[in-house]
This record gives sequence, structure tokens and C-alpha cells, in this order.
Amino acid sequence: MKRRLITLAGGVLGLILLSGSTYTIAETEQAIITQFGQPIGGAVTEPGLHFKLPFIHTVTRFDQRWLPWDGDANQITTRDKKFIWVDTYARWRISDPLLFFQSVRDERGAQSRLDDVIDGETRNAVASYDLIEIVRITNRDFEITEDLIAFASENEEAVRDIEHGRNAITRSILEKASEVTPSFGIELVDVRIKRVNYVEEVRVKVYERMISERQRIAERSRSEGQGRAAEIRGQRERELKSIESEAFRQAEEIRGHADAEAAGIYASAYQRDADFYRFMKSLETYRTALDEGVTLVIGSDSEFLDFLRRSR
Amino acid sequence: MALYGNSGGNGSWGRPDAGPDIPGLPDLGGLIARLGGMGGTLKWGAAGLAALILFFAAVYQVEPDEAGVVTRFGRYVRTTNPGLHFVVPLVESVTKVPVERQLKEEFGFRTEEAGVRTRYEDRDYLEESLMLTGDLNVAVVEWIVQYQIRDPRAYLFNVRDIRSTFRDMSEAAMRDVVGDNSVDEVLTVGRERIASQAKDLLQEMNDHYETGISVQQLVLQDVNPPDLVKPSFNEVNEAIQEKERLTNEALAEYNQAIPRARGDAQRLIQESEGYAAERVNRARGEASRFESVYEEYRTAPRVTRSRMYLETISEIMPKLGQKVILDESAANVLPLLNLTNGNRPSSPNPGGANEGNEEGRR
Repeated sequence: MKRRLITLAGGVLGLILLSGSTYTIAETEQAIITQFGQPIGGAVTEPGLHFKLPFIHTVTRFDQRWLPWDGDANQITTRDKKFIWVDTYARWRISDPLLFFQSVRDERGAQSRLDDVIDGETRNAVASYDLIEIVRITNRDFEITEDLIAFASENEEAVRDIEHGRNAITRSILEKASEVTPSFGIELVDVRIKRVNYVEEVRVKVYERMISERQRIAERSRSEGQGRAAEIRGQRERELKSIESEAFRQAEEIRGHADAEAAGIYASAYQRDADFYRFMKSLETYRTALDEGVTLVIGSDSEFLDFLRRSR
Repeated sequence: MALYGNSGGNGSWGRPDAGPDIPGLPDLGGLIARLGGMGGTLKWGAAGLAALILFFAAVYQVEPDEAGVVTRFGRYVRTTNPGLHFVVPLVESVTKVPVERQLKEEFGFRTEEAGVRTRYEDRDYLEESLMLTGDLNVAVVEWIVQYQIRDPRAYLFNVRDIRSTFRDMSEAAMRDVVGDNSVDEVLTVGRERIASQAKDLLQEMNDHYETGISVQQLVLQDVNPPDLVKPSFNEVNEAIQEKERLTNEALAEYNQAIPRARGDAQRLIQESEGYAAERVNRARGEASRFESVYEEYRTAPRVTRSRMYLETISEIMPKLGQKVILDESAANVLPLLNLTNGNRPSSPNPGGANEGNEEGRR
């Protein structure tokens, strides 16, 4: 029984020693070993099982992954005096755990140093460029729909070409900040502008500008419609007139030809005896021209009453 | 809806360093030893129990849409496919990652409850969706990103807080692209191009960050002008409609008037042609008639002439209202004739020259 107890105690002691002399590093971790606060050796970055002196060596773990840094939105004035909010984010990793441990101690310390560095550089960068440089990346031409062609160049600041663009600006922020961060054992991998927005008061103004711009477009569209309608009406009038007069002309020509032809026919027939024609035509005319409204006063010596008189 | 990292059922997967945490296991040896003296049945029972516990600690199942990432003392050793697998208890641990699942992130809005009638949360996420366009206007852009975990090892080990990283990247990518487009492109013609550019950019950033994520789709949802500006954008649409309406009305009038005018014109010409035909035919007819009569007249001019004259007179006379015959000797009576009253049969003529029709015809 006693021997058993001793074996048990030995086993427990062994276990404690074993657990004190080993440690594991996960894929996401790296560590430094300190001996009573004094760093021993370099950083441990290989994941897996590792050994150390129990009780004497202490393991301090750090993250090996890319870590987030999300800045507060900063109100910054651009070079062209636009008031904007700029919200940046960055990714960083602990590249030198020992230096990191010595200079900023832990991630919280690192975050606050990063705040100082990146926020500062962001301010500097944004303040030294015009807003358009921060918004745009390339100088591509906008696609313009038919309705808006006349308004493409209204917004003068927007039509200006950029010289640098957002990517160049963020790259310069990254470069400037990267000059400082290695002294904290930090590698900065990426700084990006997440959000850019007008500050509230400016936003109202921008909205007003957008509204008036749209109203101009609407107005123009309406008057274009009226103009087009008037044009079509004018065209209609013109065509109506031209159709009508053309028809009149043709009709008159046809009539004229017919009249001329008829006149020729009459002339060639009647000229054989103009006297007889006049006689015949006169008789015809009497027939149609004289009616009951006419009072005929006839002399008894007329040809018509010739025999009437003679018989008396 | 949420990224697996924050809402997955497996609580420990996000920290792959955590060992297989089986309570009580390290003391098992001591327990067996202590129980050693307590008879054979108990001993065997304890051994069986220990074996059972060991078995369950060693076996794990990977679901069809998952991959299992196995680490040994925190170090990556292998990735396993769906099915039943074993790990070495205490030494190895497994983290399951839903590689086949389509995961989705929403920007500018949140689906409150997906289903047949999906509800969306009313609150607006303007800080996410409000962005500057390339012409320095403002647009509200809502979009979703669908993605898959392509490389579970990279997904687990390379980036901390991967969901917020992914969201940050999406926002940055979308703003990069929208910042290079005019507000009109963002709202209308450029939508598809913007979505595909943002998707490519986002994939590029993911590759750069080695997140192990493959972006499947980026779809623009509602894209609007800001609320305050919306009415004026609608006004433009209305104005464009009105423009079309005015144009169409004028065209309708045109289309109504012109064919009718052409018809009228045609009628006028036809009429004149009718007139022409009539005129010429009449002329021919009359000429022919004249010539026929003339031929007869020529053979006996005097007789024919008298006959024609008398025939005409006999035709006319009955139609006339009042006839007055004057004798040469009574020529001075003429001024007394009442010319205004043609129908009165009475005659002031004292000479009795008033004759009836009967007599006059004879």
C-alpha cells in the first residue's frame, strides 16, 4: 500500500514536471520565452510542441495572424476645403514579438500606437490632396446616358482629372506609417480608406446641389419635349401645306389642259359656220335663260308674229 | 446570414489551439489504479468505460458540407473530407469548417427573417451604404456578397477576426469602384459593371490577405439617391416621361393629319381628272352634235333656221309669266306698262292688244 502511494505521488510529480516543461504553439500563435522577465532566445514561431525549463521559463504568446485595426472616423479638411469624414482600416501583424513585447507590451498598447501613427498619417495625406483625389482611382470617362449628355460637364470639380487617386494616397499613408511601425515590432500590411463622407452640413449643401442639378435636367428634358413637339407640329403644317398646294396645282393643271382641249374641240367644230353657231347657241340660251319671271314684250312686227299680223 | 466564425455551433473552432478538452481524462490512470483492489468485475468495467471514453474522444464526423482541419499540438497536420475520422486523443484536435456552404454578408441592410416573405429590418445602415460617387455626388448603395471558404487552413490560421476583415474589405472595394463612377452610372447603366468590378477587387484583396475565401457573387441590391434628393431624381424621370409623351402626342397628331391630307389631295386630283374627262367629252359631244346639225342645215339653211327658231319659241313661250304684244300703232303705250307686277293679267292697254296664250301660239 505504501509503495503504491509512493508510485502515485511520483507519477503526479512527473506529470506536473512534464506539463511545466512543455508548451504548444498553435498555427495562429508565436511566443517568446522569458526567464524571470528576461527574454531568452528568439521568438518561437514554429507551431507544435516545445520544451522549456519548468517554473523558470515563462511563455508569453502573441498572435501570428493578420490583426485588425479600425480607426475612428476622422473629420478632416481636404486641400480644397471640403469637410469630410474619413474612416480607415489597416491590417498588421507582429513581426518581431520580442521587440513588440519590449516596446508596446501587448496588443492594446499596439493599437493605441497604431492609432497615433495611422490617424496622423491619414490626416496629413488627406489634408494635402483635393477631395476628388481621395474619391477617384482612375481617370476613366463616365458613361453618359442620352438624357444627360448636356449635363456631363456641369460639375466642374468632378470633371477635373486626378493626378494621384485614392490608391496612391493610401499607399503613401502605408509607406509613411510603415517607416515607424517596425520600431514596435509591427509590420503594417495594408491601409485602406473604408469610408469617405461629407460632414453633415456639407452633405446638406451637396444634396441641394444635386437637387438643383436634377431640376435643371428635368427642366431641360421638359423643354426638349416641348421643342420636339413643336418641331413635329411645324413639320406637320409644312407637309400639310405642301400636300394641299401640290394637289391644287395638279388639279388646276389637269383642269387647264381639259379646258384647253375642250376649247380646241369647240373651236374646230364651230368655226365651220360661226353665224350658224351663234344662232344655234342663242336659241339654246333662250331656252335656259328665259323663265316665268320674265315679261316678254313683243312687237307685232316681229318675225314671230309675222303671220299673226298679216292674217288680221 | 452571419459569418460562420461568430455564429457557428462549434464554439471552439475559432481557437484551434484549444486541445481536446475532455474533463476528467487525465485522472483516469489514477482512478483505475485506485479501483484496482475492488474486485475483478469492477476492474473490467472500469477498463471498458475507459476504452469507451477513449473511443469517443478519438472519433469525429465531418458533415457533407464541411472539412475537418486537424492540428497536433497546435500544428496543422491534415485536412479531412466528409465521413468518419480518428484523431489521437489529447494530442490532436479537429476544427470543422463549412467549405461547401454559401455564406453571405449584407451591406446597408439586414435580413431580419428570411423565408417566403422575407422581412428586412427597417433601420437604415447609412454609414455602410452612403458613399461618394466619382462626380462628388452621394448615392446609397446596398449590396450582398456571397462567398465560400476555399482554403480552410488559410481561413482558420491567417487572419484574426475574419468576418470584420471581410466586411471592411467589401466596403473598401465597393467604395473604390463607386468612387470611379458617376452617380448616374451607379444608379442606372453601370450597375452590373460596378458589381463585377467590386467582386474582382474584393477577390484580389482576399488573395492578398490570404483569407482562403473565394468570392462567388457580389450583387447590388437597392441603389438609390439619398432620401432628400430622391424626389428630384423622380422628377427627372417624370420629365423624361413627359418629354416622350409630348413628342408622342405631336407624332400622333402628325400621323393623324398627314395621311388624311394625302387622301384629300388624291381626291382633289381625281376630281379634277373627272372634271377634265367631263369637259372634254362634253366638248366632243357638243361639237359632234353641232356638226351633225350643221350638215343638215347646210342642205336647207332657210327652212332649218326658221324651224329651229319657231321650235324654240314654242318651247319658251309657255314658260314665260307675262306676254305683251305691241302693235306698231300703239307704240306709245309702253310707258304705262306695270312692270313690277308681272303676274297681273289686267292690262292697261286700251287697244285691246292683250292676247291669250292660245292666240299667241298660233
